[in-house]
Amino acid sequence: MTWIHDHILTVVLFIPLAGAILIMFLPKENKNGVRWAANLTAFLGFLVSVPLFFWFDSSVGEFQFVEKVEWIPSIGANYSLGLDGISLLLVLLTTILGFIAILSSWTSINERLKEYYVFLLLLQTGMLGVFMTLDFFLFYVFWEVMLVPMYFLIGIWGGARKLYAAIKFFLYTLVGSVLMLLGILALYFINRSQTGVATFDIVALQNLNIPVNLQLWIFFAFFVAFAIKVPMFPFHTWLPDAHVEAPTAGSVILAGVLLKMGTYGFVRFSLPMLPDASSHPMVVNLMITLSLIAIIYGGLVSLMQKDWKKLVAYSSVSHMGFITLGIFTLNPNGLSGGILQQINHGISTGALFLIVGIIYERRHTREISEFGGLSNVMPVYATMFLIVAMSSLGLPTLNGFIGEFVILQGAFEENWVWAALAVTGIILAAAYLLWLYQRTMFGPLDNPKNKNLKDLNFREMMTLVPLIILAFWIGLYPKPFFRILEQPVQKIMERVRPAYYAAHPDAFGAPARLNAAAQPSASLETEAAAVRSAEKRAGASR
Amino acid sequence: MWLIPILPLLGAALNGLWGKRLPLRGIAAIAVGAVACSFLLALIACLSLGDATRMEVYFPWIAGADFQVDFNLYLDPLSAVMSLIVTGVGLLIHIYSIGYMSGEKGVHRFFAYMNLFLFFMLTLVLAGNYLLLLVGWEGVGLCSYLLIGYYFRREDAADAGKKAFIVTRLGDLGFLIGLILLYTTFGSLDYLVIFPEAAQFPVDSDGSGTLTLIGLLLLAGAVGKSAQIPLYVWLPDAMLGPTPVSALIHAATMVTAGVYIIARSSPIYVQAPEALMVVAVIGCITALYAATIGILQTDIKRILAYSTISQLGYMVMACGVGAFGAAVFHLMTHAFFKALLFLGAGSVIHAMGGEQDIRKMGGLRKKIPVTFWTFLFASLALIGAFPFAGFFSKDEILWRTFTSSTGGGRLLWVLALLTAGLTAVYIGRLVFLTFFGESRADPEVASHIHESPKVMTIPLIVLAVLSLIGGWIGWPRFLGGSNHFERWLEPALAAPAAAHAAGEESLEFLLMGLSLAVAALGVYIAYYLFLKRREAADRLAQASGGIYRLLLNKYYVDEIYRFLFVKPLVMGSTEVLWKTLDVGAIDGAVNLAARTTRSLGNALRKIQSGNIRSYAGWVVLGALLLIGFMVTAAS
Repeated sequence: MTWIHDHILTVVLFIPLAGAILIMFLPKENKNGVRWAANLTAFLGFLVSVPLFFWFDSSVGEFQFVEKVEWIPSIGANYSLGLDGISLLLVLLTTILGFIAILSSWTSINERLKEYYVFLLLLQTGMLGVFMTLDFFLFYVFWEVMLVPMYFLIGIWGGARKLYAAIKFFLYTLVGSVLMLLGILALYFINRSQTGVATFDIVALQNLNIPVNLQLWIFFAFFVAFAIKVPMFPFHTWLPDAHVEAPTAGSVILAGVLLKMGTYGFVRFSLPMLPDASSHPMVVNLMITLSLIAIIYGGLVSLMQKDWKKLVAYSSVSHMGFITLGIFTLNPNGLSGGILQQINHGISTGALFLIVGIIYERRHTREISEFGGLSNVMPVYATMFLIVAMSSLGLPTLNGFIGEFVILQGAFEENWVWAALAVTGIILAAAYLLWLYQRTMFGPLDNPKNKNLKDLNFREMMTLVPLIILAFWIGLYPKPFFRILEQPVQKIMERVRPAYYAAHPDAFGAPARLNAAAQPSASLETEAAAVRSAEKRAGASR
Repeated sequence: MWLIPILPLLGAALNGLWGKRLPLRGIAAIAVGAVACSFLLALIACLSLGDATRMEVYFPWIAGADFQVDFNLYLDPLSAVMSLIVTGVGLLIHIYSIGYMSGEKGVHRFFAYMNLFLFFMLTLVLAGNYLLLLVGWEGVGLCSYLLIGYYFRREDAADAGKKAFIVTRLGDLGFLIGLILLYTTFGSLDYLVIFPEAAQFPVDSDGSGTLTLIGLLLLAGAVGKSAQIPLYVWLPDAMLGPTPVSALIHAATMVTAGVYIIARSSPIYVQAPEALMVVAVIGCITALYAATIGILQTDIKRILAYSTISQLGYMVMACGVGAFGAAVFHLMTHAFFKALLFLGAGSVIHAMGGEQDIRKMGGLRKKIPVTFWTFLFASLALIGAFPFAGFFSKDEILWRTFTSSTGGGRLLWVLALLTAGLTAVYIGRLVFLTFFGESRADPEVASHIHESPKVMTIPLIVLAVLSLIGGWIGWPRFLGGSNHFERWLEPALAAPAAAHAAGEESLEFLLMGLSLAVAALGVYIAYYLFLKRREAADRLAQASGGIYRLLLNKYYVDEIYRFLFVKPLVMGSTEVLWKTLDVGAIDGAVNLAARTTRSLGNALRKIQSGNIRSYAGWVVLGALLLIGFMVTAAS
């Protein structure tokens, strides 16, 4: 058990890769064998990641489950993994969505099955690596590795314009990552000249002091990479193409996890490493403006789409705008709301893409005008779609509302105009989702091709039910999630706005509050966890 | 106490998940049983309440963020009255629905949604903080969307459902910001924290204070939910849903949520007179405006819809002049008689085989007597005839408006009195055209006219009795009563300091007589124009050409909105944003970059010709350039 506990991240990270290698050795003809192997691997990957949630001690500010092995000593690159609250949530989101994505492909993919599952599992390892790693060099490796399987997933199993979409996706992201590499190298060399130590260690790089001008340059290098990934307006045009052409599982992963890498980048690197640039009024204004444009513009464009999947894709632009808005309010409310909203968006939009995928598999079209009255033949489907739509448009008691409300509060704290403009995005979300729902589910069932559609089978229900449960959980009892985020948010705040907590002693993540919260909960269990992590830290430094 | 809202939720879950396999009887038993139990519980809770208030905290909801909200329920006289109305009227309407919906497809879904609606509505009224209230607030909107769209096969019904949800959400925009402002001002969303603190605030009088802003933002939400100008447009269309839905959601309960929120926030509003002033004006104008439209409508449910808007205007106006108690009083009596009117209308439609046009009715008095008599009771209550329920509440509102110290109280009173007259005209017209005179129905339809089954008429009778005696608990002092109702509500509501001059009893008597006279005059006009001299009505219509058309087309507001907002939004999003900006400019730029790179590559490829002589030429050219550069740099 202790071995598992100390190496759990490595285990979680490499289970998909191991599964992928295993599948390579399976005979191509044995389609069901391949399917079972892939599904079991993904499910195992998810199961192994569950203990993370329980072993994680949210009262500890440092990274947990840390593993560190020297990799390329000459340049100071290490194989080092670790989690804080932010990455913990994203890792869990990745393992669950990864499993669901693989489960959803059971019948929809019938060609070149083996390669398909191998790519999906490789992608899974790549994404987990991005969120887990504490080494900037390793981070870059995972970031790039992940591009390749995604490129093939779109390019081989995609729709009509799959090559165009795949190449666009690949080149666009590559442009961003090249600039990011420059940024990483700049930080690396600045650190070496300041401290004399050559390291890519993310924690070490978070404590640099860099002149503002230089920070701004590096910020914009990172900005391009992350903004493309998010995607922020006006770097978003790859998204509708990639989403529409990608197979369902690809869309789920793309929207659910890949987009989060951009916002994760801002939270993990831009804010703590370049605090003066991130809080520079010019940067803040730019980021907020782009976020607000994305919210409203994405909503408006989404409203008029005739393609079901494209509508959901553009809605992502709008929703991701909320997340970047929250992050760049640079206050605890906005930050925690934005980080939580990453998870919410993964759940809601992932589920929306599953919904589209289910109907596409039956009818092989996504034209909204082809549908109507589906609730007559597919009542279970209609009900689940309704819940998912409500979670996406921010109905209270469901997850989207919690995130949006807390973000709005953060925005309001800085400037009421931001909040007022962002609220229109919520109205637009109601408009485009309800209109979509009405056109597809309500009305007469007049298209004869829809008359004999089958309702959801058990497997399809199992792809949606976990997401719906999560949506209700976060909507009804988000407390554990906020607790997990409290320490990391405090860390970021102290870098970006060191004076904030002095002025707001009651704010989320304020040291005074954390201490007060830690006292009564100092049970045996947390003590044990503290001892464990202390030991581990001692071990790591040895 | 938490059982009160949870029971309908359980009913909804049972029917929603397994209702498909149950017979109608089982579905109805679950749905009605759940509501009946929660009505009984509400009754017990209210009777045991006494003078106290109860706050029950269950568990922290959002507790991690810089932000504390609990799941808590709050019972005070105001929420007690509301939950009794909701469960009581809801129970009767559920029973009625058994008869009305029998034979429809998907009844289990209908009842599941109705129960779900009651759950959210009870959450709304029992919530102990504004955020939980918002849960109910959005939830009832969702249920209304689902129930209007219940006739899946009707395109216009689905459209109406969407319109209702989006228009009310437009109001919620303000509401949501109002909540955030409340939180930043008071550091909490709990009623018990906010209200005592609000009372400590200085009275905003310059119109720029925080409380005024909060009041106006909350009002925005109320305007959307309670269908006031300018967001009322969704309610008439919402009548496309099944009639019990119209009765429950769009007459008795959900639409009154706006009034409830204003009354609930009375401690804030009394400190913000400017906001109250706006509330009063909006309410008054809406009341008058909707009544004028009601006069010329021909669809029985649409007339009632405009009547609802008008009566809601009354309640909002009452809040605006600081008479919160009177507003809640009218809310209650209105719930009785308007639910009855809708259910009666449903019974008429049922009897006429689906016909809703009152021009094709007539003479129904004899054929469906129970419906007729109960409908008559409700109409009398609506116009405020003594001693029906509406009389007491409406008279109270008029009196409080007249004596209000808010500027312009007298003017508001005149307009409200005018509205009362118009109300009598349109409901008189409705009653005369439907139940009196000759039958104008197709002989085919006429031969099938029949009274509704008992399961439908009994709720009608109960509501008729309530429409008669429901107002007596608020018997005013000057008529020898003691106005129990408002005294009981008093601890829950704030009253503006010395807002009401103590009026003379003789004056109060005089005004009461006046309002009765106006109502009588209205009924007489309706009688004269629509029963005795039909041709006079036509002549009047021709003589007043322009105004007639304006009213008939509801002031063209739907058309104006479509032209001003919907069309630019649709065109702008499609043509400008999506096709021009997104696909054309932004994506065009991306593709242009790609194309440029490719053509650049193509051009450079030509250099790599593989031809030794051209390579040699390039080398010489390069060498020459280099030498030239060195020479110029040296000199």
